[in-house]
Amino acid sequence: MINEESEPLNLKKLQSGDPEELTRMVQQYSDPIYRVALRMLNNQAEAEDVLQETFIKALRSVENFEGRSNLSTWLYRIAVNESLMVIRKRKPEVSIIHNDTGDEDNEGVFVSQVLDWCCLPESEFLSNETRSILNDAIQKLPENLRTVFILRDIEGLSISETAQALELTETNVKTRLMRARMRLRDELSVYFGERLSEY
Amino acid sequence: MEKHLPCKEFVDTISSYVDGDLSEELCAELDKHLSECDNCRIVVNTLKKTIDIYHQQAEKEKAPEDVKDRLFYRLNIEQFRK
Repeated sequence: MINEESEPLNLKKLQSGDPEELTRMVQQYSDPIYRVALRMLNNQAEAEDVLQETFIKALRSVENFEGRSNLSTWLYRIAVNESLMVIRKRKPEVSIIHNDTGDEDNEGVFVSQVLDWCCLPESEFLSNETRSILNDAIQKLPENLRTVFILRDIEGLSISETAQALELTETNVKTRLMRARMRLRDELSVYFGERLSEY
Repeated sequence: MEKHLPCKEFVDTISSYVDGDLSEELCAELDKHLSECDNCRIVVNTLKKTIDIYHQQAEKEKAPEDVKDRLFYRLNIEQFRK
């Protein structure tokens, strides 16, 4: 979710270390990069570390950026990789060990909840409690499904950009996206189903 | 006999359907199915809503100002001037 009203960045200026242009790049991308890290990690201190490490790496290597992908896609890729490194460094006792990678070929898309909760008042979807439920649900996803959902559906990248950022095929992105979406829909249906019974 | 997509087959394509990423023919077939199957229609609507809620919540979310201040302090952008 990049602010598209901003003037496009000048790659040559970035690569020559122009401080004003580098500052503009950091200003334009700090919100989305922080958001991605926070969604990946669900921890503000770790998200801040990832934000800093992402831009340190970007500033050090932007002169070698060849422009084969968008600058934004490149930054997202660094941020996702940094976030995954943090997850792997977490102490074993606090990391959740998943056998569930989300990529099993035999994994069907299941639907266990069929409740129409779309009719709930809009305030239900914007409450702090809902925010917390959304965060919990996304944290339950295996990392490879979480990254795809965050980039595609939260940050609004296209399938192609998501594939480039994560170095996946578009088919793989679509499969993971479908699994992530359906799992989240099911999780939210349980919560909103209960809310529905209160009306 | 008129052919109907079974729900299982539909569920596998629902994600592409909400992205508008299906062929015109398959999309029309699914539209028809949705007009006849309450359960599938609910799944489609709640899936769209799920995506929408996540996107809406994130739209308002920015990095806190103190986080940005520390970021610029740590980066010391002048050091990258060539």
